[in-house]
Amino acid sequence: MSLIVAENISKDYQVGEVTVRALNGVSFEVEPASFISFVGPSGSGKTTLLNLIGCLDKPTEGSLMVAGTDVFGLDRKEAASFRGDNLGFIFQDFNLIPVLTVFENIEYPLLMVQKVSSEDRKKRVMTLLEAVGMIDQKDKYPDQISGGQKQRVAVARALVTNPKLVLADEPTANLDHKTAYLVIELMKKMRDQFQTTFIFSTHDQKIVGEAEILYTLEDGQITGEQKKGGKKNG
Amino acid sequence: MGNLFKIATRNLRRYRRRTILTASLVTIGVVFVLLFVSISGSFKNMMIGQMTDSMLGHLQVHRKGFLASIDTLPLNMNLKPQGYKKLADILSKQPEVEAFSPRIKFGGMFSTFVETTNIRLNGVYPEQELKTVPLLPSRIQNGQKTLNKGEILVPELLARGMKVNVGDTVVIVATNKDGSVNGKQFKVAGILESVTGPGGRDGYIHIEDAMETLRMEEMEVSEVAIRLKDFSRLYAFTEKLDGLLSGELSKQGKPVFEVHNWEKLSPFYNIARLIDIMSFFMKIMLIAVVLISIMNVMIMAVYERIREIGTIAAIGTLPRKILSMFLVEGFCLGAMGAIAGNILGAIIIVIINHSGITFSFGRQTGLVLSATMAPTDVLVISLIVIFISVIASLQPAFKASRMEPIRALRHV
Repeated sequence: MSLIVAENISKDYQVGEVTVRALNGVSFEVEPASFISFVGPSGSGKTTLLNLIGCLDKPTEGSLMVAGTDVFGLDRKEAASFRGDNLGFIFQDFNLIPVLTVFENIEYPLLMVQKVSSEDRKKRVMTLLEAVGMIDQKDKYPDQISGGQKQRVAVARALVTNPKLVLADEPTANLDHKTAYLVIELMKKMRDQFQTTFIFSTHDQKIVGEAEILYTLEDGQITGEQKKGGKKNG
Repeated sequence: MGNLFKIATRNLRRYRRRTILTASLVTIGVVFVLLFVSISGSFKNMMIGQMTDSMLGHLQVHRKGFLASIDTLPLNMNLKPQGYKKLADILSKQPEVEAFSPRIKFGGMFSTFVETTNIRLNGVYPEQELKTVPLLPSRIQNGQKTLNKGEILVPELLARGMKVNVGDTVVIVATNKDGSVNGKQFKVAGILESVTGPGGRDGYIHIEDAMETLRMEEMEVSEVAIRLKDFSRLYAFTEKLDGLLSGELSKQGKPVFEVHNWEKLSPFYNIARLIDIMSFFMKIMLIAVVLISIMNVMIMAVYERIREIGTIAAIGTLPRKILSMFLVEGFCLGAMGAIAGNILGAIIIVIINHSGITFSFGRQTGLVLSATMAPTDVLVISLIVIFISVIASLQPAFKASRMEPIRALRHV
């Protein structure tokens, strides 16, 4: 069964008196444990699509099933619960909570979003800290670690709730090439370890090759789908 | 909940200077209100205590209509013997009553054989009177602390004016209710310090001497002063006694007795009310200070953390949790100010009490300012501050909880 089924999704934005179509009839399916990238220039609709998959926004038209749930029918509170239970997020600017340590940032979703016993919580955080190689930095605050390390922490935070899907919007945009590559490798490793689907958007041509399925977006439409080992026009 | 407090305190520490400034403002407000309430409240309670314990008693019973014409001390408005007997009977059965004292009040002439002036006198049973107004002996400046038959306690202003000293012989001349004049010699047993309020400059003699002077065959008392075991039961007991006595009717079918507590008997009650009103307005000012300062800082906190709010909302934090996070932050800020204000207020009050500041009130001088922090005041002021802090955080917290994550994440 597909993890995501998107059918004919369109999204219009009102900019002043002008209506801008950010997505125009996008359809695709995602299988569990995939490693997918949406690429395209600025304004192609990558972020809009990720926001829709992440239940952060509603479409103008179309339907979207994520993990068997029609996410467009969720109200504000249901959407928040759905995100907390099923999705993980990685942001371009890392978005760690500055007043919490590395350990506490990873622990946060288990404390505030899901209800997990303290013993289990500690075990899960330590497992992820080890998996992302940040165990030595666990007591540091975000402003005491580098950008690459912050994104590692963000990856761990996204995975701590055992989500079915992690969405990463331009996760490497603020990193140098080497660090960006390492973060993508880490995400792939996490996918292998936890069988979590990763969808990330990027316009960095150097790292797009790391994706196993690559969707190209242009002017709000999928113009290409590329799987490792072959190319199929969309 | 513990995690909400952890995050709230960490956020408050993040903007340390702003937190300290806001908490200081709340602290200063709490200190001012606490000092005002403690000092004015202690002054008020001390003055009430002085008046009730050295002169008025907690409440008084008169014959209906007596109080309206108390300035003339009308002897024909005294209680009849059977009326007093009934009253004494009722009072002695009340568990709330510690003591009561019948008084014959009358006006007369005070003569030293050289000079004569007018005087107002209370004829009392000394033992009963001292049980009812136990601070009376503390008003006796010179002479003995008791009163025997044939003796008089003279108010200080009169003693000074008439050049009367302890041990002197004086004559009291008075007209009884039938209009006949009689005189009696007394030995000055003590000089009595004045206190503020009506009756504060009255002299005291034994009740039997009063009856003799007024040629009363049976005791007709002007008033009965009552002391309660528990002053806080004053209103309840006044009402109860009023109820018990309202059934006593004269032959004309009118009530015989009237019951008044000290508030109706002393003009100081108006000052006490004024103090209460001022305390109330001080609390309103405190509320305004807390409301504005906390709201200001919480609006700033939300504005500065929009992206953070977007992040926690995106990863699934429910709106009510976000609301709670900011409410707890406001709560902590208010609690910090309240705790610091209480501690600082207590220290200042200890210093004031140790420095022995004295003040005057009316004829009374050298009253030592002894402020006490009532636990209820501390509790009420702290609760007001904390409650208002939470209320002040409500609007910013609500705004934070209603933020669309997508917009919040885009905020620069």
